Amino acid sequence: MLQASEVMRLDKFRPVRPLVGLFVLPLAGCNLKSLNALYTAGSVSAQQRDLIIITAVLMLFVFIPVVFFTLFFAWRYRASNEKAKYSPNWSHSRLLEVFLWGGPIVIIAILGVLTWNSTHALDPYKGLVTEGDKDPVRVDAIALSWKWLFIYPEYNVAAVNEMAMPVDTPISMRITSDTAMNAIMIPRLGSQIFAMSGMRTKLNLVANQKGRFFGKNYQYTGEHFAAEKFQAVAMGQQRFKEWIQNAKASGQNLDKARFASLTKPSHIEDVIYFAPVKSQLLDHVVQQYNNGTPRNRLTKTAER
Amino acid sequence: MLGRLSLQAIPYDNVIIMSAVALMAITGAVVVGATTYYGQWGYLYREWLTSVDHTKIGIMYIILAFVFLLRGFVDAAMMRAQQATAGPGQSGYLSSEHFAELFTGHGTMMILFVAMPLIIGMINLAVPPQIGARDVAFPFLNSVSLWLTYAGGMLIMVSMALGQFGTAGWTGYTPFSEQAFTPSTGVDYWIWAIQISGIGTTLTGVNFLVTILRERAPGMTLMRMPIFTWSALITMVLVVLAFPALTVALGMLSLDRFFDFHFFTGDMGGNQMMYINMFWIWGHPEVYIVILPAFGVFSEVTATFCNKRLFGYKTMVYALAVIAFMSFGVWVHHFFTMGQDALRNSIFAIATMIIGIPTGVKIYNWMATMFRARIEFKQPMLWTLGFILLFTIGGMTGVMLAIPGIDYKAHNSEFLVAHFHNVLIPGTIFGMFAGYTYWFPKAFGFRLDEKWGRHAFWGWSIGFTVAFMPLYVLGAMGMPRRMASYSNPEWTPLLWVAALGAVIVMYGIVCQIIQLISSIRNRHRLADLTGDPWGGRTLEWAMSSPPAEYNFPVIPRVHGIDAFMDMKENGTAYQRPAEYGDIHMPQNTAAGLILGIAAFVFGFGLIWYIWWLAILAGLVMMGAVIWRSCTDDVEFTIPADEVKHIEDERFRKIALASQQTDVIDSESRGRVNIDGEPLSPG
Repeated sequence: MLQASEVMRLDKFRPVRPLVGLFVLPLAGCNLKSLNALYTAGSVSAQQRDLIIITAVLMLFVFIPVVFFTLFFAWRYRASNEKAKYSPNWSHSRLLEVFLWGGPIVIIAILGVLTWNSTHALDPYKGLVTEGDKDPVRVDAIALSWKWLFIYPEYNVAAVNEMAMPVDTPISMRITSDTAMNAIMIPRLGSQIFAMSGMRTKLNLVANQKGRFFGKNYQYTGEHFAAEKFQAVAMGQQRFKEWIQNAKASGQNLDKARFASLTKPSHIEDVIYFAPVKSQLLDHVVQQYNNGTPRNRLTKTAER
Repeated sequence: MLGRLSLQAIPYDNVIIMSAVALMAITGAVVVGATTYYGQWGYLYREWLTSVDHTKIGIMYIILAFVFLLRGFVDAAMMRAQQATAGPGQSGYLSSEHFAELFTGHGTMMILFVAMPLIIGMINLAVPPQIGARDVAFPFLNSVSLWLTYAGGMLIMVSMALGQFGTAGWTGYTPFSEQAFTPSTGVDYWIWAIQISGIGTTLTGVNFLVTILRERAPGMTLMRMPIFTWSALITMVLVVLAFPALTVALGMLSLDRFFDFHFFTGDMGGNQMMYINMFWIWGHPEVYIVILPAFGVFSEVTATFCNKRLFGYKTMVYALAVIAFMSFGVWVHHFFTMGQDALRNSIFAIATMIIGIPTGVKIYNWMATMFRARIEFKQPMLWTLGFILLFTIGGMTGVMLAIPGIDYKAHNSEFLVAHFHNVLIPGTIFGMFAGYTYWFPKAFGFRLDEKWGRHAFWGWSIGFTVAFMPLYVLGAMGMPRRMASYSNPEWTPLLWVAALGAVIVMYGIVCQIIQLISSIRNRHRLADLTGDPWGGRTLEWAMSSPPAEYNFPVIPRVHGIDAFMDMKENGTAYQRPAEYGDIHMPQNTAAGLILGIAAFVFGFGLIWYIWWLAILAGLVMMGAVIWRSCTDDVEFTIPADEVKHIEDERFRKIALASQQTDVIDSESRGRVNIDGEPLSPG
């Protein structure tokens, strides 16, 4: 579980910290830790949180004047206030209109630059670079009804409903679905990406803290959608090795037949480990939807 | 014989559904019984069901919308109650299947059977008189549109008693909405309810495009049109361009479901991403289809109740046009998480934000209109102020969601749910309530009670805030949308707050019902004798309330923006014309009603695989169209004498109003006098 020593990291935006508190605290019932989108555990997620805060503050420059002037005008120019100036035919002012268009244009221009840069920086397909240039751990994730299968091709092991990851090491995921469209999401680590049958999507994540993080399919898929969840477990290198060994010792062979039984719609609470795993399983799952033929042009977007 | 329909299709075992069905049946029986008891079937049939009059069609659209608003709200309240009571260790009172039906039905009904008919209803009420026209360009087509919309709505109603409604969400994402995952009737009900009403909407689009472009009074150039008419014109351009995309997407999906095609299945060359693209190519413009007319209403209301010209008329028109144009280039922001590269996501993200510019300008223009004004806080103005304050929050969170880096986190979460409700409720719904309270006296000849209207406003505004602000926080806490149950205890308190919000909204709705009843009972006290209860600026206020069948005995001549205000200032507003002429008006016809009923049966047959019934209904539809096309005698004449008689009565009421000005109500005090009008007829 979470350690008490884990504190929200807002180092980059120390000056705006009180502002964040102002917005977030009263709403969250004073429990900052439950705000998964802001209480981050990985660098991707931390950058997204910063983006949320910067944008929210920028938006306040629009919001506060609108609220202030609307209320002020409503009070000042109420019909019963005979003292206020009344110009019933005043309906045009070139100078004012320049400002009315100019203001939003400037704010959107700033946001546009921010968007361009952050979208490129936070592209989920982009490989992550961590201190010491660690090689990423490859994970093949397959969405099933209603569980997730995580395959570690480098180690020839797999797990259902649990995704182990060494801390401070990039995770490079390939994702597909053997059921309806899913969307994989681990709020404290960052991005969400769709999982679609016959297609492969990618996601790169990193955990900078140890811990167990809630993960889930966010795209509605029917009966057990709500109950379905998995845990992303960030652990030290040594513990990760032990986790792999433990999975290897499970003695459950994930062959074609076992995988077929796993794909049957069902909800599983428990974690199941598999080793060995049928090689190239994710590619086989993708190709079975394409009759083994090369994917057509339309699927290219998800295939980059 | 009956396809897959059997007695098992009735969900006997579900107490909640069966009581709703019972309630529906009792309500229906009461309506039918009362109509029979009072012997009103003939009146109903002659004056309403077969009517091609735009005012009556508008009213019938709005009645449909209010019925579905109640149903959609009950669904919402049930979902709030479920989520509040389905935390860890609890199970709530609904099955996950039933919960899915609720969120699918709620979304479908609120967008397509509340927002759309409200908007089309308001446009029907106000646009023809605003442009000085006697009716729409194609009055019969208008009736067809109405009854097709009713046919779609009735399919949703029937889905409660027979089979089930869709469970794939109102967006029906493939491949979950395909046969393989949702084989029951649900998705078929959803498809055909939308398809049939969607055809009606497309026809409305054509109808009003032609009406606005071709039926304007002499002198009313495009840049003199009232801003609500402008918003209607631009909305109808969007309707005509966007709805076919939905029709095609759902048509392809039904081919998948009926004939095992593989357009969107994900295998055999099918592509699920394609459906989502096509859906949002309609779906994003649809967002503006439901918001732009509301912007139009707010513009009219602001100018009227500020007793001042609208600030920046041209800017408002350009802003509308820019929003509409841009709305076709942003659909990808509904799925930034699908795996496109950063370049594509950035382009669509920035395009999305650019829409924020004209939208912001519009808000500033309404504020500028309030500057140096004389603001009267009548109900329509209250809804407008509530809109400006609350909608701005929705706009802010919209810009946030438009940034892919944030959307990666917030997509499919309660944050998203909070955002779109935050634009649709203060935007569309408040806008339509403003229009409802604004044009109600025009349609019925008496105003709506102010006191209950204010209660309703506060109920909705506070209720909305209490219900949806917690959802933003829940989104930040990582709560996904569409959860029938959950295991995180930290979500429960906020979900209880949201449920409380729904209760407060319910207070607002109850007040609106009381308001309607009380206003009908006090209709004499609230009567609008002049036709101009608010000091209006546009031509609809130059007619009597309720308007005569022909709207204007003599088509007015327009010399500028705010045509009626000009007339009042020039002293020509209440002048009697030298003489009246015969007026030709379209005849009522049952063809639209028959088409609607046949379309309902057609959809029902397809949903249950009763092919002979579908074919039969199809033939009836074709027959009705052919019969109507072969009818030459579609007009009738109101002789000049009768016109004079009706108009004499109108001027008698105006004269009466001027005698009673002090007595009637201080609210409409001296409106006519102030403008220096000749009050007595002639």
